[in-house]
Amino acid sequence: MSETLPISITVNGKVRKANVEPRLLLVHFLRENLALTGTHIGCDTSQCGACTIQLDGRSAKSCTLFAVQADGSEIMTIEGLAKDGELHPLQEGFWEEHGLQCGYCTPGMIMSGVQLLADNPHPTEAEIRKGIDGNFCRCTGYQHIVKSIQYAANKG
Amino acid sequence: MIPTQFEYKRASSLDDAIALLQASKGDGKLLAGGHSLVPLMKLRLSEPGVLIDIARIPMLSGISEKDGKVEVGATTTHHAVATSELLQRLCPVLSDAAGEIGDPQVRNRGTLGGSLAHSDPAADYPAVILALNAEVHLKGPGGWRAVKGDDFFQAMFTVDMAEDEVIVGVQVVPQKVAGYAKLHQKASHYAIVGVCAVLDVAGGTINSARVAVTGASSHAQRLTEVENALAGKPLNQATIDAAAALAGATLEDVNADIHASAAYRKAMVKVFTRRALEKAASRA
Ligand SMILES: Cc1cc2nc3c(=O)[nH]c(=O)nc-3n(C[C@H](O)[C@H](O)[C@H](O)COP(=O)(O)OP(=O)(O)OC[C@H]3O[C@@H](n4cnc5c(N)ncnc54)[C@H](O)[C@@H]3O)c2cc1C
Ligand code: FES
Ligand code: FES
Repeated sequence: MSETLPISITVNGKVRKANVEPRLLLVHFLRENLALTGTHIGCDTSQCGACTIQLDGRSAKSCTLFAVQADGSEIMTIEGLAKDGELHPLQEGFWEEHGLQCGYCTPGMIMSGVQLLADNPHPTEAEIRKGIDGNFCRCTGYQHIVKSIQYAANKG
Repeated sequence: MIPTQFEYKRASSLDDAIALLQASKGDGKLLAGGHSLVPLMKLRLSEPGVLIDIARIPMLSGISEKDGKVEVGATTTHHAVATSELLQRLCPVLSDAAGEIGDPQVRNRGTLGGSLAHSDPAADYPAVILALNAEVHLKGPGGWRAVKGDDFFQAMFTVDMAEDEVIVGVQVVPQKVAGYAKLHQKASHYAIVGVCAVLDVAGGTINSARVAVTGASSHAQRLTEVENALAGKPLNQATIDAAAALAGATLEDVNADIHASAAYRKAMVKVFTRRALEKAASRA
Protein backbone atom coordinates (compact mmCIF):
# COMPACT_ATOMS: atom_id res chain seq x y z
CA MET A 1 0.00 0.00 0.00
CA SER A 2 1.29 3.46 -0.85
CA GLU A 3 1.39 6.26 1.64
CA THR A 4 -2.00 7.34 2.91
CA LEU A 5 -3.31 10.88 3.13
CA PRO A 6 -5.70 12.27 5.73
CA ILE A 7 -9.01 13.47 4.28
CA SER A 8 -12.06 15.09 5.78
CA ILE A 9 -15.32 15.03 3.82
CA THR A 10 -18.78 16.05 4.96
CA VAL A 11 -21.09 13.27 3.84
CA ASN A 12 -24.83 13.76 4.26
CA GLY A 13 -24.13 16.45 6.86
CA LYS A 14 -21.64 14.44 8.93
CA VAL A 15 -17.90 15.09 8.90
CA ARG A 16 -16.07 11.89 8.02
CA LYS A 17 -12.32 11.64 8.46
CA ALA A 18 -10.06 8.88 7.21
CA ASN A 19 -6.57 8.08 6.02
CA VAL A 20 -6.78 6.82 2.46
CA GLU A 21 -4.56 5.75 -0.37
CA PRO A 22 -4.64 8.43 -3.10
CA ARG A 23 -5.88 5.86 -5.61
CA LEU A 24 -8.98 5.02 -3.55
CA LEU A 25 -12.00 5.91 -5.67
CA LEU A 26 -14.65 8.07 -4.07
CA VAL A 27 -17.31 5.42 -4.72
CA HIS A 28 -15.23 2.84 -2.84
CA PHE A 29 -14.72 5.28 0.02
CA LEU A 30 -18.49 5.76 0.29
CA ARG A 31 -19.41 2.09 -0.03
CA GLU A 32 -16.57 0.38 1.80
CA ASN A 33 -15.16 2.87 4.31
CA LEU A 34 -18.51 4.45 5.19
CA ALA A 35 -20.81 1.49 4.40
CA LEU A 36 -23.06 3.79 2.34
CA THR A 37 -23.95 1.15 -0.23
CA GLY A 38 -26.87 3.06 -1.75
CA THR A 39 -24.42 4.49 -4.29
CA HIS A 40 -23.94 1.71 -6.84
CA ILE A 41 -21.14 0.73 -9.18
CA GLY A 42 -22.50 -0.20 -12.59
CA CYS A 43 -20.03 0.15 -15.43
CA ASP A 44 -16.99 1.45 -13.53
CA THR A 45 -16.09 3.25 -16.78
CA SER A 46 -17.76 6.68 -16.30
CA GLN A 47 -20.72 5.89 -18.53
CA CYS A 48 -23.73 4.57 -16.63
CA GLY A 49 -24.29 7.05 -13.79
CA ALA A 50 -25.22 4.40 -11.17
CA CYS A 51 -22.55 5.97 -8.93
CA THR A 52 -23.93 9.53 -9.16
CA ILE A 53 -23.67 11.64 -6.02
CA GLN A 54 -23.70 15.39 -5.35
CA LEU A 55 -20.28 16.96 -4.81
CA ASP A 56 -20.45 20.53 -3.52
CA GLY A 57 -23.94 20.83 -4.93
CA ARG A 58 -23.32 19.42 -8.42
CA SER A 59 -23.94 15.87 -9.61
CA ALA A 60 -20.86 13.78 -10.28
CA LYS A 61 -19.91 10.20 -11.08
CA SER A 62 -18.12 8.96 -7.97
CA CYS A 63 -16.35 6.17 -9.90
CA THR A 64 -14.47 8.88 -11.79
CA LEU A 65 -13.13 10.75 -8.79
CA PHE A 66 -10.51 9.90 -6.21
CA ALA A 67 -11.58 10.34 -2.60
CA VAL A 68 -8.62 12.70 -2.09
CA GLN A 69 -10.07 15.06 -4.72
CA ALA A 70 -13.13 15.47 -2.51
CA ASP A 71 -11.10 16.36 0.59
CA GLY A 72 -12.74 19.41 2.16
CA SER A 73 -15.93 19.00 0.13
CA GLU A 74 -19.55 18.30 0.93
CA ILE A 75 -21.15 15.21 -0.51
CA MET A 76 -24.73 14.07 -0.59
CA THR A 77 -25.62 10.49 -1.42
CA ILE A 78 -28.99 8.82 -1.90
CA GLU A 79 -28.95 8.06 1.84
CA GLY A 80 -29.03 11.79 2.59
CA LEU A 81 -32.25 12.56 0.72
CA ALA A 82 -35.02 11.42 3.05
CA LYS A 83 -35.65 13.78 5.96
CA ASP A 84 -37.07 12.57 9.29
CA GLY A 85 -38.36 9.36 7.74
CA GLU A 86 -40.17 11.30 4.96
CA LEU A 87 -39.20 10.29 1.45
CA HIS A 88 -37.82 13.01 -0.82
CA PRO A 89 -40.37 13.92 -3.56
CA LEU A 90 -38.20 12.11 -6.13
CA GLN A 91 -38.06 8.95 -4.03
CA GLU A 92 -41.82 9.18 -3.63
CA GLY A 93 -42.19 9.72 -7.38
CA PHE A 94 -40.16 6.61 -8.23
CA TRP A 95 -42.36 4.67 -5.77
CA GLU A 96 -45.68 6.03 -7.04
CA GLU A 97 -44.90 5.95 -10.77
CA HIS A 98 -43.12 2.58 -10.82
CA GLY A 99 -39.83 4.27 -11.79
CA LEU A 100 -37.78 1.13 -11.20
CA GLN A 101 -37.68 -2.55 -11.92
CA CYS A 102 -34.43 -4.11 -10.67
CA GLY A 103 -33.50 -0.84 -8.95
CA TYR A 104 -29.83 -0.92 -9.88
CA CYS A 105 -29.85 2.42 -11.68
CA THR A 106 -32.30 4.05 -9.26
CA PRO A 107 -30.03 5.82 -6.76
CA GLY A 108 -28.07 7.39 -9.62
CA MET A 109 -31.24 8.30 -11.51
CA ILE A 110 -32.65 9.99 -8.43
CA MET A 111 -29.42 11.91 -7.78
CA SER A 112 -29.46 13.14 -11.39
CA GLY A 113 -33.13 14.05 -10.90
CA VAL A 114 -32.13 16.11 -7.86
CA GLN A 115 -29.66 18.07 -10.01
CA LEU A 116 -32.15 18.53 -12.83
CA LEU A 117 -34.92 19.87 -10.61
CA ALA A 118 -32.50 22.13 -8.74
CA ASP A 119 -31.46 23.74 -12.06
CA ASN A 120 -34.88 23.61 -13.69
CA PRO A 121 -37.83 23.01 -11.32
CA HIS A 122 -40.39 22.56 -14.12
CA PRO A 123 -38.67 20.73 -16.95
CA THR A 124 -40.35 19.58 -20.16
CA GLU A 125 -40.23 15.90 -21.04
CA ALA A 126 -37.35 16.56 -23.45
CA GLU A 127 -35.45 18.43 -20.74
CA ILE A 128 -35.95 15.53 -18.33
CA ARG A 129 -34.56 13.11 -20.89
CA LYS A 130 -31.54 15.37 -21.42
CA GLY A 131 -31.11 15.69 -17.64
CA ILE A 132 -30.75 11.92 -17.27
CA ASP A 133 -28.46 11.57 -20.29
CA GLY A 134 -25.66 10.41 -18.02
CA ASN A 135 -27.67 7.57 -16.49
CA PHE A 136 -28.43 4.22 -18.09
CA CYS A 137 -31.35 1.99 -17.20
CA ARG A 138 -31.39 -1.53 -18.63
CA CYS A 139 -34.92 -2.37 -17.42
CA THR A 140 -37.59 0.30 -17.59
CA GLY A 141 -37.27 1.83 -21.03
CA TYR A 142 -37.11 5.21 -19.21
CA GLN A 143 -40.84 5.95 -19.63
CA HIS A 144 -41.67 5.53 -15.95
CA ILE A 145 -38.47 7.22 -14.86
CA VAL A 146 -39.56 10.32 -16.78
CA LYS A 147 -42.99 10.09 -15.12
CA SER A 148 -41.39 9.73 -11.69
CA ILE A 149 -39.41 12.94 -12.19
CA GLN A 150 -42.54 14.69 -13.51
CA TYR A 151 -44.34 13.56 -10.33
CA ALA A 152 -41.64 15.18 -8.18
CA ALA A 153 -41.66 18.35 -10.31
CA ASN A 154 -45.43 18.65 -9.92
CA LYS A 155 -45.12 18.29 -6.15
CA GLY A 156 -42.38 20.92 -5.86
CA MET B 1 -10.79 -1.08 -11.61
CA ILE B 2 -7.96 0.24 -9.49
CA PRO B 3 -5.22 2.44 -10.93
CA THR B 4 -1.56 1.89 -10.08
CA GLN B 5 -0.21 3.73 -7.04
CA PHE B 6 0.60 7.40 -7.26
CA GLU B 7 1.37 10.36 -5.05
CA TYR B 8 -1.31 13.05 -4.86
CA LYS B 9 -0.48 16.75 -4.49
CA ARG B 10 -2.81 19.69 -4.53
CA ALA B 11 -1.23 22.70 -6.18
CA SER B 12 -1.89 25.93 -4.30
CA SER B 13 -1.15 28.24 -7.24
CA LEU B 14 -0.21 28.19 -10.90
CA ASP B 15 3.49 28.59 -10.09
CA ASP B 16 3.22 25.83 -7.50
CA ALA B 17 1.74 23.54 -10.16
CA ILE B 18 4.62 24.32 -12.54
CA ALA B 19 7.17 23.70 -9.75
CA LEU B 20 5.53 20.39 -8.84
CA LEU B 21 5.52 19.35 -12.51
CA GLN B 22 9.22 20.15 -12.79
CA ALA B 23 10.00 18.31 -9.54
CA SER B 24 8.21 15.21 -10.82
CA LYS B 25 10.73 14.92 -13.67
CA GLY B 26 8.32 13.69 -16.30
CA ASP B 27 6.49 11.30 -13.96
CA GLY B 28 3.83 13.83 -12.95
CA LYS B 29 0.52 14.67 -14.56
CA LEU B 30 -1.88 17.50 -13.94
CA LEU B 31 -5.34 16.51 -12.75
CA ALA B 32 -8.21 18.90 -13.49
CA GLY B 33 -11.69 17.38 -13.85
CA GLY B 34 -10.23 13.91 -14.20
CA HIS B 35 -12.82 12.92 -16.78
CA SER B 36 -10.27 11.84 -19.34
CA LEU B 37 -7.33 11.00 -17.08
CA VAL B 38 -9.07 8.96 -14.35
CA PRO B 39 -10.72 6.54 -16.82
CA LEU B 40 -7.32 6.05 -18.51
CA MET B 41 -5.65 5.42 -15.17
CA LYS B 42 -8.33 2.90 -14.19
CA LEU B 43 -7.61 1.03 -17.41
CA ARG B 44 -3.89 1.42 -16.64
CA LEU B 45 -3.37 3.06 -19.99
CA SER B 46 -1.86 5.93 -18.02
CA GLU B 47 0.28 5.33 -14.93
CA PRO B 48 1.60 8.66 -13.65
CA GLY B 49 3.67 8.52 -10.44
CA VAL B 50 2.44 11.90 -9.24
CA LEU B 51 -0.92 13.60 -9.73
CA ILE B 52 -0.94 17.37 -9.34
CA ASP B 53 -4.47 18.54 -8.70
CA ILE B 54 -5.06 22.00 -10.18
CA ALA B 55 -8.84 22.02 -9.87
CA ARG B 56 -8.93 24.36 -6.89
CA ILE B 57 -6.49 27.05 -7.99
CA PRO B 58 -8.74 30.14 -7.94
CA MET B 59 -7.02 32.12 -10.72
CA LEU B 60 -7.36 29.25 -13.22
CA SER B 61 -11.14 29.24 -13.13
CA GLY B 62 -13.70 31.72 -14.39
CA ILE B 63 -14.91 33.71 -17.37
CA SER B 64 -14.17 37.41 -17.80
CA GLU B 65 -14.22 40.18 -20.36
CA LYS B 66 -11.27 42.51 -20.89
CA ASP B 67 -10.55 45.00 -23.69
CA GLY B 68 -13.14 43.44 -25.98
CA LYS B 69 -11.79 39.94 -25.46
CA VAL B 70 -13.19 37.10 -23.42
CA GLU B 71 -10.96 34.91 -21.29
CA VAL B 72 -11.98 31.51 -20.03
CA GLY B 73 -9.78 29.95 -17.36
CA ALA B 74 -8.45 26.44 -17.89
CA THR B 75 -10.27 24.81 -14.98
CA THR B 76 -13.63 26.36 -15.84
CA THR B 77 -16.05 23.44 -16.07
CA HIS B 78 -18.06 22.65 -19.16
CA HIS B 79 -21.17 23.38 -17.10
CA ALA B 80 -19.91 26.87 -16.24
CA VAL B 81 -19.14 27.61 -19.89
CA ALA B 82 -22.51 26.24 -21.03
CA THR B 83 -24.46 28.37 -18.55
CA SER B 84 -22.34 31.55 -18.61
CA GLU B 85 -24.56 34.55 -19.19
CA LEU B 86 -21.54 36.51 -20.45
CA LEU B 87 -20.66 33.91 -23.09
CA GLN B 88 -24.26 33.36 -24.12
CA ARG B 89 -24.47 37.08 -24.81
CA LEU B 90 -21.06 37.66 -26.46
CA CYS B 91 -19.90 34.34 -27.87
CA PRO B 92 -22.80 31.91 -27.69
CA VAL B 93 -21.20 29.18 -29.80
CA LEU B 94 -18.78 28.39 -26.98
CA SER B 95 -21.69 27.84 -24.60
CA ASP B 96 -23.57 25.80 -27.21
CA ALA B 97 -20.62 23.45 -27.70
CA ALA B 98 -19.95 23.10 -23.96
CA GLY B 99 -23.61 22.22 -23.41
CA GLU B 100 -23.28 19.37 -25.90
CA ILE B 101 -20.30 17.72 -24.18
CA GLY B 102 -21.03 14.36 -22.58
CA ASP B 103 -23.78 14.40 -19.98
CA PRO B 104 -24.62 16.60 -16.97
CA GLN B 105 -22.24 14.79 -14.60
CA VAL B 106 -19.37 15.01 -17.11
CA ARG B 107 -20.06 18.73 -17.65
CA ASN B 108 -20.02 19.34 -13.89
CA ARG B 109 -16.47 17.98 -13.58
CA GLY B 110 -14.72 18.24 -16.96
CA THR B 111 -12.75 21.38 -17.78
CA LEU B 112 -11.80 23.42 -20.84
CA GLY B 113 -8.04 23.09 -20.23
CA GLY B 114 -8.27 19.35 -19.68
CA SER B 115 -10.18 18.89 -22.91
CA LEU B 116 -7.67 20.94 -24.92
CA ALA B 117 -4.61 19.27 -23.36
CA HIS B 118 -6.05 15.83 -23.94
CA SER B 119 -7.21 16.67 -27.48
CA ASP B 120 -9.35 13.61 -28.05
CA PRO B 121 -10.07 13.25 -31.79
CA ALA B 122 -13.79 13.34 -30.91
CA ALA B 123 -13.69 16.24 -28.42
CA ASP B 124 -15.92 19.25 -29.08
CA TYR B 125 -13.88 22.26 -27.95
CA PRO B 126 -11.00 21.90 -30.46
CA ALA B 127 -13.30 22.60 -33.44
CA VAL B 128 -14.68 25.68 -31.70
CA ILE B 129 -11.26 26.99 -30.68
CA LEU B 130 -10.09 26.62 -34.31
CA ALA B 131 -13.15 28.26 -35.83
CA LEU B 132 -13.07 31.15 -33.35
CA ASN B 133 -9.33 31.62 -34.02
CA ALA B 134 -8.88 31.59 -30.25
CA GLU B 135 -5.56 31.68 -28.43
CA VAL B 136 -4.49 29.07 -25.90
CA HIS B 137 -2.44 30.60 -23.10
CA LEU B 138 0.23 28.48 -21.44
CA LYS B 139 2.70 29.01 -18.64
CA GLY B 140 5.84 27.01 -17.93
CA PRO B 141 9.18 27.48 -16.18
CA GLY B 142 10.23 29.77 -19.06
CA GLY B 143 7.20 32.04 -18.76
CA TRP B 144 3.98 32.70 -20.66
CA ARG B 145 3.16 31.97 -24.24
CA ALA B 146 0.12 32.20 -26.47
CA VAL B 147 -0.60 29.70 -29.24
CA LYS B 148 -3.29 30.03 -31.88
CA GLY B 149 -5.59 27.06 -32.27
CA ASP B 150 -4.21 26.46 -35.77
CA ASP B 151 -0.78 25.70 -34.27
CA PHE B 152 -1.95 24.09 -31.04
CA PHE B 153 -3.68 20.94 -32.31
CA GLN B 154 -1.00 18.91 -34.05
CA ALA B 155 -2.03 15.27 -34.19
CA MET B 156 -4.12 12.70 -32.36
CA PHE B 157 -3.80 13.43 -28.60
CA THR B 158 -0.89 15.72 -29.48
CA VAL B 159 -0.77 19.46 -28.86
CA ASP B 160 1.87 22.19 -28.73
CA MET B 161 2.50 21.94 -24.99
CA ALA B 162 5.66 20.97 -23.11
CA GLU B 163 5.66 18.45 -20.26
CA ASP B 164 6.13 21.18 -17.67
CA GLU B 165 3.63 23.65 -19.11
CA VAL B 166 0.15 24.37 -17.81
CA ILE B 167 -2.74 25.68 -19.89
CA VAL B 168 -3.85 28.83 -18.12
CA GLY B 169 -6.87 29.55 -20.29
CA VAL B 170 -8.24 30.55 -23.62
CA GLN B 171 -8.64 34.06 -25.00
CA VAL B 172 -11.10 34.78 -27.76
CA VAL B 173 -12.37 37.79 -29.64
CA PRO B 174 -16.06 37.12 -29.14
CA GLN B 175 -18.04 36.43 -32.28
CA LYS B 176 -21.76 36.12 -32.39
CA VAL B 177 -22.44 34.87 -35.88
CA ALA B 178 -21.38 31.31 -35.22
CA GLY B 179 -22.91 27.86 -34.86
CA TYR B 180 -21.93 24.40 -33.66
CA ALA B 181 -23.66 21.26 -34.93
CA LYS B 182 -22.83 17.80 -33.68
CA LEU B 183 -23.74 14.22 -34.39
CA HIS B 184 -23.62 12.58 -30.95
CA GLN B 185 -22.44 9.07 -30.30
CA LYS B 186 -25.57 8.17 -28.35
CA ALA B 187 -23.99 6.53 -25.31
CA SER B 188 -20.86 8.61 -24.59
CA HIS B 189 -21.96 11.73 -26.49
CA TYR B 190 -18.52 12.18 -28.00
CA ALA B 191 -18.73 13.72 -31.49
CA ILE B 192 -19.01 11.29 -34.39
CA VAL B 193 -18.79 14.54 -36.31
CA GLY B 194 -18.91 18.08 -34.93
CA VAL B 195 -18.65 21.24 -37.02
CA CYS B 196 -18.18 24.82 -35.89
CA ALA B 197 -18.77 27.69 -38.31
CA VAL B 198 -17.94 31.34 -37.66
CA LEU B 199 -18.99 33.98 -40.20
CA ASP B 200 -17.90 37.57 -40.63
CA VAL B 201 -20.92 39.15 -42.30
CA ALA B 202 -21.53 42.75 -43.36
CA GLY B 203 -24.50 44.02 -45.34
CA GLY B 204 -25.66 40.52 -46.18
CA THR B 205 -22.28 39.47 -47.60
CA ILE B 206 -19.88 36.98 -46.02
CA ASN B 207 -16.50 38.72 -45.83
CA SER B 208 -14.78 35.65 -44.49
CA ALA B 209 -15.55 32.41 -42.73
CA ARG B 210 -13.78 29.97 -40.45
CA VAL B 211 -15.10 26.44 -40.32
CA ALA B 212 -13.59 23.49 -38.42
CA VAL B 213 -14.51 19.86 -37.91
CA THR B 214 -13.86 17.43 -35.07
CA GLY B 215 -14.50 13.69 -34.83
CA ALA B 216 -13.79 13.10 -38.49
CA SER B 217 -10.05 12.46 -38.38
CA SER B 218 -7.03 12.31 -36.07
CA HIS B 219 -7.56 15.82 -34.73
CA ALA B 220 -9.75 18.86 -35.29
CA GLN B 221 -9.07 20.61 -38.59
CA ARG B 222 -10.19 23.59 -40.63
CA LEU B 223 -12.40 22.97 -43.64
CA THR B 224 -10.69 25.47 -45.93
CA GLU B 225 -12.64 24.35 -49.00
CA VAL B 226 -15.84 25.45 -47.24
CA GLU B 227 -14.28 28.70 -46.02
CA ASN B 228 -13.13 29.60 -49.53
CA ALA B 229 -16.53 28.82 -51.01
CA LEU B 230 -18.21 31.18 -48.55
CA ALA B 231 -15.90 34.18 -48.79
CA GLY B 232 -17.37 37.08 -50.74
CA LYS B 233 -20.75 35.42 -51.30
CA PRO B 234 -24.17 36.66 -50.22
CA LEU B 235 -25.35 34.95 -47.02
CA ASN B 236 -28.25 32.83 -48.18
CA GLN B 237 -29.33 29.20 -48.35
CA ALA B 238 -27.88 28.67 -51.82
CA THR B 239 -24.43 29.80 -50.64
CA ILE B 240 -24.67 27.56 -47.58
CA ASP B 241 -25.78 24.52 -49.57
CA ALA B 242 -23.06 24.97 -52.18
CA ALA B 243 -20.31 25.40 -49.56
CA ALA B 244 -21.51 22.51 -47.39
CA ALA B 245 -21.53 20.21 -50.40
CA LEU B 246 -17.74 20.65 -50.58
CA ALA B 247 -17.12 19.87 -46.91
CA GLY B 248 -14.63 17.14 -46.19
CA ALA B 249 -13.19 17.02 -49.72
CA THR B 250 -9.68 17.67 -48.39
CA LEU B 251 -9.93 15.47 -45.27
CA GLU B 252 -7.42 12.65 -45.15
CA ASP B 253 -7.58 9.48 -43.03
CA VAL B 254 -11.23 9.76 -42.12
CA ASN B 255 -11.97 7.84 -38.91
CA ALA B 256 -13.87 4.56 -39.04
CA ASP B 257 -15.03 2.71 -35.93
CA ILE B 258 -17.96 0.68 -34.57
CA HIS B 259 -20.07 3.84 -34.47
CA ALA B 260 -19.60 5.08 -38.02
CA SER B 261 -17.75 4.04 -41.16
CA ALA B 262 -15.48 6.48 -42.99
CA ALA B 263 -18.05 6.88 -45.78
CA TYR B 264 -20.82 7.67 -43.29
CA ARG B 265 -18.62 10.15 -41.44
CA LYS B 266 -17.75 11.85 -44.73
CA ALA B 267 -21.44 12.15 -45.58
CA MET B 268 -22.17 13.54 -42.12
CA VAL B 269 -19.41 16.14 -42.39
CA LYS B 270 -21.44 17.73 -45.20
CA VAL B 271 -24.74 17.52 -43.31
CA PHE B 272 -23.35 18.95 -40.08
CA THR B 273 -21.42 21.66 -41.90
CA ARG B 274 -24.70 22.77 -43.44
CA ARG B 275 -26.41 22.75 -40.04
CA ALA B 276 -23.56 24.68 -38.40
CA LEU B 277 -23.73 27.30 -41.16
CA GLU B 278 -27.51 27.55 -40.83
CA LYS B 279 -27.16 28.08 -37.09
CA ALA B 280 -24.54 30.76 -37.66
CA ALA B 281 -26.72 32.44 -40.31
CA SER B 282 -29.65 32.53 -37.89
CA ARG B 283 -27.53 34.78 -35.66
CA ALA B 284 -26.48 37.18 -38.42
C1 LIG C 1 -18.73 9.62 -20.23
C2 LIG C 1 -17.92 10.71 -20.83
C3 LIG C 1 -18.38 11.38 -21.95
C4 LIG C 1 -17.65 12.40 -22.54
N1 LIG C 1 -18.16 13.03 -23.64
C5 LIG C 1 -17.45 14.02 -24.21
C6 LIG C 1 -17.96 14.73 -25.33
O1 LIG C 1 -19.08 14.48 -25.81
N2 LIG C 1 -17.21 15.71 -25.87
C7 LIG C 1 -15.99 16.05 -25.35
O2 LIG C 1 -15.36 16.97 -25.88
N3 LIG C 1 -15.49 15.42 -24.28
C8 LIG C 1 -16.19 14.42 -23.70
N4 LIG C 1 -15.66 13.80 -22.59
C9 LIG C 1 -14.34 14.21 -22.06
C10 LIG C 1 -14.52 15.35 -21.08
O3 LIG C 1 -14.89 16.53 -21.74
C11 LIG C 1 -13.24 15.60 -20.25
O4 LIG C 1 -13.65 16.36 -19.18
C12 LIG C 1 -12.13 16.34 -20.94
O5 LIG C 1 -11.71 15.67 -22.11
C13 LIG C 1 -10.91 16.43 -20.05
O6 LIG C 1 -11.05 17.47 -19.11
P1 LIG C 1 -10.72 17.20 -17.59
O7 LIG C 1 -10.74 18.48 -16.89
O8 LIG C 1 -11.62 16.15 -17.08
O9 LIG C 1 -9.20 16.71 -17.70
P2 LIG C 1 -8.36 15.60 -16.92
O10 LIG C 1 -8.93 14.26 -17.13
O11 LIG C 1 -8.14 16.04 -15.52
O12 LIG C 1 -6.98 15.73 -17.71
C14 LIG C 1 -6.86 15.31 -19.06
C15 LIG C 1 -5.43 15.56 -19.54
O13 LIG C 1 -5.17 16.95 -19.63
C16 LIG C 1 -4.11 17.33 -18.78
N5 LIG C 1 -4.50 18.63 -18.23
C17 LIG C 1 -5.64 18.92 -17.54
N6 LIG C 1 -5.70 20.25 -17.29
C18 LIG C 1 -4.59 20.80 -17.84
C19 LIG C 1 -4.09 22.15 -17.92
N7 LIG C 1 -4.76 23.19 -17.41
N8 LIG C 1 -2.91 22.34 -18.55
C20 LIG C 1 -2.23 21.30 -19.10
N9 LIG C 1 -2.64 20.02 -19.06
C21 LIG C 1 -3.82 19.78 -18.44
C22 LIG C 1 -3.98 16.23 -17.77
O14 LIG C 1 -2.67 16.11 -17.26
C23 LIG C 1 -4.38 15.02 -18.58
O15 LIG C 1 -3.29 14.56 -19.33
C24 LIG C 1 -16.39 12.77 -21.98
C25 LIG C 1 -15.92 12.12 -20.84
C26 LIG C 1 -16.66 11.09 -20.27
C27 LIG C 1 -16.13 10.42 -19.04
S1 FES D 1 -20.26 3.18 -12.20
FE1 FES D 1 -19.75 5.26 -12.37
S2 FES D 1 -20.59 5.81 -14.27
FE2 FES D 1 -21.01 3.66 -14.17
S1 FES E 1 -34.43 -0.47 -13.04
FE1 FES E 1 -32.99 -1.98 -13.60
S2 FES E 1 -31.43 -0.79 -14.49
FE2 FES E 1 -32.96 0.64 -14.16
